[in-house]
Amino acid sequence: MNVRGDFPLLANNPGLHYLDSAATSQKPKVVLDALRNFYETANANPHRGAYSLSVRATECYHQSRVRIAQFLGVGDSDCLIFTRGTTEGLNLVASSWGMANVSSGDEIVVTAMDHHSNFVPWQVLAMRRGAKFRVCELTSDGKIDLDFLSGLLNERTKIVTFSHVSNALGTINPVAEIARLVREKTDAILVCDGAQSAPHLPVSFDSLGVDFYAFSGHKMLGPMGIGGLIGRREMLEEMPPYQTGGDMIEFVHDDRTTWNVLPHKFEAGTPNAANAVGLAAAVEYLDGIGMDRVLSHERALMSEAQKRLAAIEGLHIYGPPASERSGVLSFTLGDVHPHDLATILDGGGVCIRAGHHCAQPLMRRLDVPGTARASFYVYNDESDIEALVAGILKAREIFGYAPV
Amino acid sequence: MSQPRSAAEIGALYQELILDHYRRPRNKGTLEKADASVEVKNPLCGDEIGLQVAFDGDCVCDLKFSGRGCSISQASASMMTQLVKGKSTEEIDAIRKQFRDLMLGNASAADDPRLGPLRALSGVARFPARVKCALLAWNALESALAERSP
Repeated sequence: MNVRGDFPLLANNPGLHYLDSAATSQKPKVVLDALRNFYETANANPHRGAYSLSVRATECYHQSRVRIAQFLGVGDSDCLIFTRGTTEGLNLVASSWGMANVSSGDEIVVTAMDHHSNFVPWQVLAMRRGAKFRVCELTSDGKIDLDFLSGLLNERTKIVTFSHVSNALGTINPVAEIARLVREKTDAILVCDGAQSAPHLPVSFDSLGVDFYAFSGHKMLGPMGIGGLIGRREMLEEMPPYQTGGDMIEFVHDDRTTWNVLPHKFEAGTPNAANAVGLAAAVEYLDGIGMDRVLSHERALMSEAQKRLAAIEGLHIYGPPASERSGVLSFTLGDVHPHDLATILDGGGVCIRAGHHCAQPLMRRLDVPGTARASFYVYNDESDIEALVAGILKAREIFGYAPV
Repeated sequence: MSQPRSAAEIGALYQELILDHYRRPRNKGTLEKADASVEVKNPLCGDEIGLQVAFDGDCVCDLKFSGRGCSISQASASMMTQLVKGKSTEEIDAIRKQFRDLMLGNASAADDPRLGPLRALSGVARFPARVKCALLAWNALESALAERSP
């Protein structure tokens, strides 16, 4: 796969080795063009005017939803709510479904590998409702401990939430197995954080087996500030609104208000139409490559990177084997702090993330202040791995380790 | 876009003195009796530094730091404790301001002999993402001095 030329930022910076796509992805020209084209040819406030330009904006927004729903295997596209991203999607479920359905003594289960955005909203919900907040532990190779999970489940369990793919370890979690376990033992709702799966794996919500799935556009080649929450219709219809205001209402009286239909009920205010159009262009681009190829490309890079890095003395890799992980590689090097490693790698044009990856509960369990994380996407190739390895060897040299 | 760092800049950042203080930190630990005790955190990276200070009149007669972090934050803390021990709060304040100036890009501050070994950290100014690492211990010291002032 050679698509680097499709990405202006990368094409304009040939010496740059961008290995931080788990944080945010670069954007292909087709996405930037789609944004510009919307503003140049269709910009008006959707759902408002009777004039044809507003109708065109509404159509663009609607078509984008349909296209993104198709990409994520959602048959009923009205069940895809646009949000600012995964964080807002998860907060929407916690605030709306959570506040309406969780009461004192109920239990909420998260996992120790969850990103703060799939941890803190539930912790706060539990505190507000007097519910128990339970954290599922992990196996030593960084997978959800299913036996532990099974032991946590009981008739008071109201919510089980987990990440499809760990942003810090790259672990791909067995959604179907988790769903089966949870459905067998509880009536809990299942929430899945898809921030790291929607960009990297073929995902079909309708056959995933969960009730809610949240994702971020900017991690899947789309613009920042747009993402979505997918939910099952019967649940979304039951749920109270998340935010109130324009667009989400049906009729407003002095003494009461009725709500608009899905998806508008959950989209208060002027919709983010331009970015929805940008995200639709991004999924069109990804479909053009094929998500199976995206996955196999990353697998091949991951397998090579893991082999090369494991051969470096003093380097420790966290998480499961390459066959069970997405394109995320977390590691530490001797007593070199991850931030120092990131600075030295930056010297060779290599961008990696260093720190706790918004997963402090996980870092505490790994007993490290943080790790260095390299993550791969469609535009990466072997030269990025070469530069990564060269940078790590440079860090060894600067910190006085014997040459390898 | 800012250009990737040159090898020379990286070399200037990681001087031997810094790595020496990182690996063999001076005045690390806790004081039995402290007059001021402060903890500061950098939530962005999770680095944290605890600082304990004992005063004798207007002078800092002893201080120790604890916590963990990158080589820059640890070396800066270690060198700071060495440099300020025995100095008056007024002298310390002047050094602290000079060092902050140096980190914020005023290269001429490096000519100030009062900064002593801290000048080894001059290279940090070229790395905006790391300036806060170098200033972490100094922020703790500023709070400790303020805690004591009436």
